[in-house]
Amino acid sequence: MKYSLFLGCTIPARSRNYELSARAIALRLGLEFIDIEEFSCCGFPLEASDEIGAILLAARNLCLAEEKELDICALCSACASMLTKTAFHLNNNQNLREQINKELSKIGKEYKGTINVRHFARILLEDIGLERIKEEIKRDLKGLKVATHYGCHYLKPSYIYEGFDDPQYPLTLELILEAVGVTNIQYRRKKDCCGGPVLLSDEAIALTVAQEKLKYIKEAGTDCMNLVCPFCSLMFDANQKGIETKFESEFNIPVLYLPQIVGLAMGFGRKELGLNLNSVSTKELTAKLGI
Amino acid sequence: MKRVNLLESDTDFIEELDSADFIGGFRDCFTCGTCTAGCPVHRANEDYNPLRIIRMLVLGLKQEILRGNIIWLCSDCYTCQENCPMGVKITDIINHLKNLATREKNVPLGVSTQEKLLKDQGKIYIIDDFDNKKRAKVGLPSLPAMVEEAKALLRQKWNRET
Ligand code: SF4
Ligand code: SF4
Repeated sequence: MKYSLFLGCTIPARSRNYELSARAIALRLGLEFIDIEEFSCCGFPLEASDEIGAILLAARNLCLAEEKELDICALCSACASMLTKTAFHLNNNQNLREQINKELSKIGKEYKGTINVRHFARILLEDIGLERIKEEIKRDLKGLKVATHYGCHYLKPSYIYEGFDDPQYPLTLELILEAVGVTNIQYRRKKDCCGGPVLLSDEAIALTVAQEKLKYIKEAGTDCMNLVCPFCSLMFDANQKGIETKFESEFNIPVLYLPQIVGLAMGFGRKELGLNLNSVSTKELTAKLGI
Repeated sequence: MKRVNLLESDTDFIEELDSADFIGGFRDCFTCGTCTAGCPVHRANEDYNPLRIIRMLVLGLKQEILRGNIIWLCSDCYTCQENCPMGVKITDIINHLKNLATREKNVPLGVSTQEKLLKDQGKIYIIDDFDNKKRAKVGLPSLPAMVEEAKALLRQKWNRET
């Protein structure tokens, strides 16, 4: 199984722990990632100010994968949604497709609509499957309590995702976690946003949104959080100290990426999964597992 | 709260947006308030209220929407849009309004800075030698600093528009 790996901007610069752990478990599970150096930003950061510019960037990325005849595997939820949304609109709106292809023709490209885009977690579930994941389990994570944050763009807007999962009652990430033996913890406001996009316009609101979520997760009692997007990680992991100071509270909740947790179950070590690169220390957590 | 002045209503604005691809149909809103009830930004700051944005739109209060800060507080989370019983594309609409506000030069610095970075580099973060060294140390492949072709694509569009 071969995919072009879409890293986007944030992951290679700021979330090497996500990239490392995703590549590690993919290799183990027989997913082959092809790196396309010419990929640019997915286009998402442009959506608010220049929708057409955003679609243009996304469409060019889709063309690069089409040229290689490879489906795209995206690690970042914003990238997955931007690329999927663009494919959706270009496949369903002839006028837009002509307009975009006219621009793309100036760099010798044309969008044809021959490949699919999916998030890494969705590929784990749909192409690898839970049974195959279970075969690779080498370490018992029984008793590890995990609070999953789905985030927004992994599931929404639902009209672009062809009925994958249910944004009202999402389940897919917890199915994977259940398969690797951890206990999924439920908490209030589980479906809520991390607040990340508001950072650009109002930091206080953004941090308040993230703080509310951390508070409910703490209340529920958990060993760590699980997520699948570098923006959510920025809010909950990198900004957790700042939130604690601002709101005079203490959370101390390790925030792991899905493949870091899956990788622990598969027997990988701390460094192989980049667990030493997380902002909130994961040492206590892994010590509990005897690592 | 400020009173609405319907003399400011711009009916062309309503018609144009309500017939646009992907975002039309907002006049179906029957003010149930479901959107606001589930909005995480509303919970963090009561002044923010997506129903109010939709009402302002239905009333054609173009200048008030496009000159204010309110639309920029939306976190693009799609909760309201997924919950709306009338299928109003609330988040997609707010995003389009952000585009229109940008054209009127009402845009947060963070957003315009990102736009400039993409035009200059094709990526938000440049991957320099230092980053590539750090990547190599943990066995990750090296990446180019920026993407010339993506830069060119955006520049050619923007040069034509400005
Ligand atoms: S949820 Fe939909 S119908 Fe209800 S107030 Fe909001 S936009 Fe109107
Ligand atoms: S998309 Fe915007 S308006 Fe809608 S619920 Fe999320 S933050 Fe609120």
